[in-house]
Amino acid sequence: MFFLDQAWLVPLIPAISFVVILLFGKRMPRQGSEVGVVAVGASFLLSCGAVVRWILRVHDAEGGSALGAFGRSIGRIGADHAEVPVLPVLHHVTWFQNGGVRLTAGIQIDGLAVVMMFVVTLISLLVHVYSLEYMRGDRRFTYFYAALSLFTASMLLLVVADNTLQLLVGWELVGVCSFMLIGHWWEEKPNSDAALKAFLTTRTGDIGLLTGVIMTFFIVQRATGVGSFNIVALNQAVSDPSSKVGHTLILWCAAALMLAIVGKSGQFPLHTWLPDAMAGPTPVSALIHAATMVVAGVYLGARVYPVFFHGFSIGDGGVNPMAAIGGITVIVGALLAFVQDDIKKVLAYSTISQLGYMVMALGVGAWTAAVFHLFTHAFFKADLFLGAGSVSHSGSHHSFDMKTDMGGLKKYMPQTYKTFVIGTLALAGIFPLAGFWSKDEILVNAGHNNYKLFLVIGLVGAFMTAAYMTRCVYLTFHGEYRGGHEPHAIPHVDEAEHDPIDTPASVEHDAEVHPPHESNRLLTGPLWVLSFFAVFAGFLNFPHFSRFEKWFQPRYPAGFAEILHPVAFNPILATVSVLIAGAGIGIASAYYLGKLPQGLSERNAIARAGKRFLVNKYYLDYVYENVIVAGIKGPISTGVYWFNQNVIDNVLNYTGRGAQALGRATYEYVDQKGVDGLVNGIATLTGESGGEVRKIQTGRLQFYALVLVAAVVIFAGVLWIST
Amino acid sequence: MSPLLGEVIPVTSKLGYPLLTFLVFLPAMGAVVAMFVPARRPELTRAVGYVTSVATFGMALFLLTQFDTNPLKPGFQLFEDHSWIGALGVRWTLGVDGISLFMVALSALLFPVALLASANISKPKSFTIWMLLLESAMIGVFLALDAMVFFIFFEFVLVPMYFLIAGWGHDNRRYAAMKFFLFTMAGSAFLFAGILSVAFMRQHSTHVLTFDVRALTDWAAAHIHGGTAKVLFVAFAVGFAVKVPLFPFHTWLPDAHTDAPTAGSVVLAGVMLKIGAYGFLRFAIPFFPQAAVDLAPLLLVLAVVGITYGAIVAAMQPNLKRIIAYSSVAHLGFVVLGVFALTNQGISGGLFTMLSHGLTTGALFLLVGMLYDRRHTYELSEFRGIWKVAPVFGGLFVAATFASIGLPGFSGFVGEFLSLLGAFLTSRWYVVVASTGVILAAVYLLWAVQRAFTGEPDDANRATPDIGAREIVTVLPLLGLSLFLGFYPKPVLDRLQPSVEALIHHVELNSDYKAPTVPPAPVAAPEQGTGK
Repeated sequence: MFFLDQAWLVPLIPAISFVVILLFGKRMPRQGSEVGVVAVGASFLLSCGAVVRWILRVHDAEGGSALGAFGRSIGRIGADHAEVPVLPVLHHVTWFQNGGVRLTAGIQIDGLAVVMMFVVTLISLLVHVYSLEYMRGDRRFTYFYAALSLFTASMLLLVVADNTLQLLVGWELVGVCSFMLIGHWWEEKPNSDAALKAFLTTRTGDIGLLTGVIMTFFIVQRATGVGSFNIVALNQAVSDPSSKVGHTLILWCAAALMLAIVGKSGQFPLHTWLPDAMAGPTPVSALIHAATMVVAGVYLGARVYPVFFHGFSIGDGGVNPMAAIGGITVIVGALLAFVQDDIKKVLAYSTISQLGYMVMALGVGAWTAAVFHLFTHAFFKADLFLGAGSVSHSGSHHSFDMKTDMGGLKKYMPQTYKTFVIGTLALAGIFPLAGFWSKDEILVNAGHNNYKLFLVIGLVGAFMTAAYMTRCVYLTFHGEYRGGHEPHAIPHVDEAEHDPIDTPASVEHDAEVHPPHESNRLLTGPLWVLSFFAVFAGFLNFPHFSRFEKWFQPRYPAGFAEILHPVAFNPILATVSVLIAGAGIGIASAYYLGKLPQGLSERNAIARAGKRFLVNKYYLDYVYENVIVAGIKGPISTGVYWFNQNVIDNVLNYTGRGAQALGRATYEYVDQKGVDGLVNGIATLTGESGGEVRKIQTGRLQFYALVLVAAVVIFAGVLWIST
Repeated sequence: MSPLLGEVIPVTSKLGYPLLTFLVFLPAMGAVVAMFVPARRPELTRAVGYVTSVATFGMALFLLTQFDTNPLKPGFQLFEDHSWIGALGVRWTLGVDGISLFMVALSALLFPVALLASANISKPKSFTIWMLLLESAMIGVFLALDAMVFFIFFEFVLVPMYFLIAGWGHDNRRYAAMKFFLFTMAGSAFLFAGILSVAFMRQHSTHVLTFDVRALTDWAAAHIHGGTAKVLFVAFAVGFAVKVPLFPFHTWLPDAHTDAPTAGSVVLAGVMLKIGAYGFLRFAIPFFPQAAVDLAPLLLVLAVVGITYGAIVAAMQPNLKRIIAYSSVAHLGFVVLGVFALTNQGISGGLFTMLSHGLTTGALFLLVGMLYDRRHTYELSEFRGIWKVAPVFGGLFVAATFASIGLPGFSGFVGEFLSLLGAFLTSRWYVVVASTGVILAAVYLLWAVQRAFTGEPDDANRATPDIGAREIVTVLPLLGLSLFLGFYPKPVLDRLQPSVEALIHHVELNSDYKAPTVPPAPVAAPEQGTGK
C-alpha cells in the first residue's frame, strides 16, 4: 500500500520545497512560489491517495469488497464496526539511541492521521494558490512561500508522528513558522509584538508539553518495562485496566498536556495571543490560525485521548478540567466576537470559541465529534478568513475595519458575498451545512454522556455564534458602503499598504482609482472550493450512514476503541439547535435592520460596564502585559539584577577592596621596609584593578609572550630529556 | 580495576607516535614561529595563526577517526605516559575518552574560526601568539590525565585569556580582566588544595606519591569517605563551579564577556566554561562518588536557579552581548542539571549541551562581534531595523537565536531534551522548574532580536553593510554543524556513551546510589500492521 506505507513523503516534499525556495527561490521566474504550489499539490495528491487506501483498508478488515466500501448502503454498518480491529500503519527508523533510550522517527497512519493530512494539504494548497494573487508584489514574497512550505512540512510531521517526541518537534516548528509569519511585516512594531506574544504564550503551554512528553515515556516504561515515546504503546499502557501505571502519573501527564492544548489551541485563559496573531497576512490567518496549527492542540488531545480519558476520568460524567476549559472558552470567545470592529478579529474570536467546542467535545467523551468538528471547521473557517481577505484586497482598500471601510459590498463582490454567507451559515450550524452536523454531534454526545451543563453551554454558544456572524455579515456586506474615503492608518492590519513602492498591487487598488470590485479567480477559486466542503463535508456523518465514524475512528488498540461510544442522532435536539441558531440570526438581523431598540449600552449602566469589560478583553491582556510581562521585564528582572550587582558582586568587590587595602598596607608597612617582592606583585595587581590605567604596550605583551613561550619550550625540553 | 578506567593500556599509543602530545604542542609551536615573524609583516603572523590552528583542527579530525567507538572499551585511548618530575610523582600522562573527545574537537574548531573572525584586529602579532598559547593550554586541559599537569594547564589558560581581554577588550576591560583572573584564581586555590590533599592522603596510606588521575580515582573512591569526602568534594566543586560558572559564582562572566574581544568571547563561552563541567565529570564525581550523590541536590538547586536566574537577568540587560553572556549562565545550568542527575541520559545530555552551546553561542558571539564592527556599540537601543538593511546577516542572527533557544532541528534541542529526560528520572521537580527556562530563553533572545533587527531602520542604522564572505565563513560551519547534530546526533552520542556508562557504573560501585536504569529497547521492535 504505497500511499500508507510511504506517507513519510507527505511531510518530506514540502520540507524539500522549503530548502529549494530558500536557496534558489529569488532566481526563479515566479520567485519560488511555483515550487511551493507544486510541492504542496504533490503532497495533497499523496494525501488523497492515503485517504482512499485507508478507507479500503478499513473495509478489507471487515471482509467486504473494495467497491462496497463506497457503495454499501445504510444499515448493517454502524452496528458491528467496533469489534473488528483496524491496525494503523506503523513504520519507524531509529533517530538516535542513548543508553536504554531509543528515540525514533516514524509514521502512524490511521484514520485520524489521514483526515488531518487531507485537511492540512488541501487548505495549504488553496492558501498557496490564493497567496499568488494576495501577496503579489510583496517585498518578501519568496520568503513568504518558503515559510509556508516549512509550516506545511512541520504540521504534517506533527500529524504523521508515531511518537510524542516527534509530535513535540513538529509542534515547536509550527510555532516558529507561526512566529515568522505573524511578524511577516516586521517593519511595524505592532506586528512583531504580536508575533512575539503569540510565540511566548504558546511556549508557556509548551512547558506542559515538554514535561508531559517526558512523562509519556515513563508511563510506557511503567507499563511495559521498556520506556518509549510511542503513541500506540502509550495508549495501550493507559487503557489497559491491569496496567501497573498509577492514576496519579496519568493525571499529571494529562494536566501537563492540557496546558499545552490551552496554549496552542487558544483556550481560556491563554487565548489572548490568537486575535493579535491576525497581524499576519490573511492567508496565514486562514491556514495557521484557523484551520491547522491552532487545532494541533485538539489533535494532540485526540491522538493520546486515553491519557485524558483516564487521567481526567472523563467517563464518569460531571465536570472535568478539559470540558470545563473548553466550555468556558466557547462562551468567552463568542462574547468577545460581538464587540470587534475588525472583521478578522471577529473570526479570530469565533475560532477561539469553536476550538472551545472541540476541546469541550473531547472533555465530554465525544472523540469522533471533536475530530469531525475539527474537520468541518477547517473548511468553513478558512473560507471565512479567505473571504475577509478578498474583501480587504478588492473591496475595502486593505482595511479590515467593518465599521469604517466596509458595508454594502454585497453588490460589488457577489461571489465573495455568496461564499462568505455559505461559510457563515455553516459556522452557525444551519441545516444541512457542515457545521450543523458536527456541532450537533458534540451536543448530542454531551447530553448522552451525562454532561448536561455542557449541552446547555453548547446551545448558548450556538445562539451567540449565529448572532455575531450575522452582525459581521451585515456590517460587511449590507447597508451603505462606508469606504472610499482617504484610507487611514491602522498600521497593524493594513496589509500591503506598508510600502507602496514595493507593492504595485496596492497602488493599483488605490481608493481614488477604483471602486470596490470583485476579486479575481485566484482568490474566488479557493473560496468556492472551501464553500463546497462547507456545504457537503457534513454529510460524511449523516445519521445511520456515519462514514466518518466508521472510517476514521480508531479501532486499535482495543482499550482506545472501547472508550469511544458513538451516540445516535437525536432529531429533537437537532431541531432545537437549528431553531436556536435561527433565532440568533433573526434577532441579530432585526437589530441591525432597526427593528429592535438600539443604543442599549449608551442608556444602561450595566450594559455599558459589560461592554467595556468585553472591549477590554476581560482585562486579561492587561494582566499579562502590564503585570506579568512588565513585571518580569521590569521590577522582577531589575530586582534580581540589583541583587546580582549589589549583593553577590559586592562580596567580590569588598573582597577586592579588602585585598587592595591589604595590599596597600602591605606595600606601606612591609614592602617599604624592603622585605618581600611577592607581596609587591600582589599590590601591583590590585592597584591595576583599582583603576590606575597603564597601557599594556605591544613590547610588554611580547615580553610576557616570550616568557611564556620560553616556559613552554623548557617544559617540553624537560619532558623530552626525562623520557 | 574500576570500570571507569577500562583495560590496562600500553604505555605508548597504538599509532606509534604521540598524537595527543602533538595536539597539545602544535599551537604552541605556531606561537614560537610567530614570535620570530617581524611585527611589520602582520599578514605573515596571521598566516602562521591560520595554518597552525587549521592544522590542529586537522589533527583533531584525525583523532576523531582514530577514536575507537567500540562500546566495550570505555577507558582512555591513545594513552601516553612518561615520567616528568620524578621526585614529585608528576607524570606526562595524556589520554582521551568519550568525555574529553568532543571538547578537544570543539576547541580545535573554534580557534581557527575565532582567528578568522579577528582578521582586522590591532597588534595581530601578539594577538596570534596569545591565541595559539591559549589553544595549547585548552587542549592540554582536556587531555591531561595527571592531576598536576591538568592543574598547570587549568591555570595557564588564565594567562593568555587575561591578556586577550585586557589587551583587546572594550571600555571596561581592565576591571573585567582582573575580575575574571581573581575570581578563577580564587576557585583554583580550592581546587589545588583538593588535588594536593587527595594525593598526599594517598601517599600517606600507600607511600607512593602520584597525581595519576586513574590511580587517584581508584584510591579516593575506595578510601575517602564521610565528612572528609564531602569537604574535599566541595573544594573541587568550588574550583569548577567558578569556571562553569554556577550561581552564585557567575558574576565575573558577564563582565568578562562584555569587555572581551569577539575571539575571546567565542573561546571563553565555547570551551573555557566547559572546563568546569568537565572537571566535575573527570575529578569531583569519580573521586568522591558518595559525596557527589549526597550533595547532588545542592548542585541541582544551583543549576536550576542558574537557569531561571540567568534568564531573568538577561531579560533586562540593555547590552546585546551581556544578554548572550547571561544566556550562557542558563545554558550551563542545563549542563550541570544533566550531569548531577547522575543518569545516563542526563550526563550524555549535559555533554551534548556543552558541545552544542559551544557552537550556537560561538555563532551568536561572532555575529554580535560583526554588529560591533559595524556600529561600534552593543547597546540594544542603538540598533533598529538591521534586518532590513542587512537581510542575510539578520537571517543568520535569527537562525543562531533559534539554535540557541533549543529549537528542534538544532543541536541544542537534543542536548536539553536529554538532560531533562535524564533529570526527570531522579529529580522530577527540578525538571519542571528548568523547563520554564526553555520558555524564558525565548523571551529574552527573541525580544532582543525584535528590538535590534525589526522595525524601520533609522539614520544611524541605515548604512549598516550586510555580512561579508569572510564573516559568513566563520559563522556557517558553526550553525551548519549545530543543524547537522540536531538532525543526526548519533555520531556524538555513540562516542560519549561508553565513557558515560562507565562513569555511572563507577559511581554505583562506590556509593549506595543505584542509577535508575532504562532497560535497553529491543533492537528491532515488531512492527504492527504495516501495509501489505
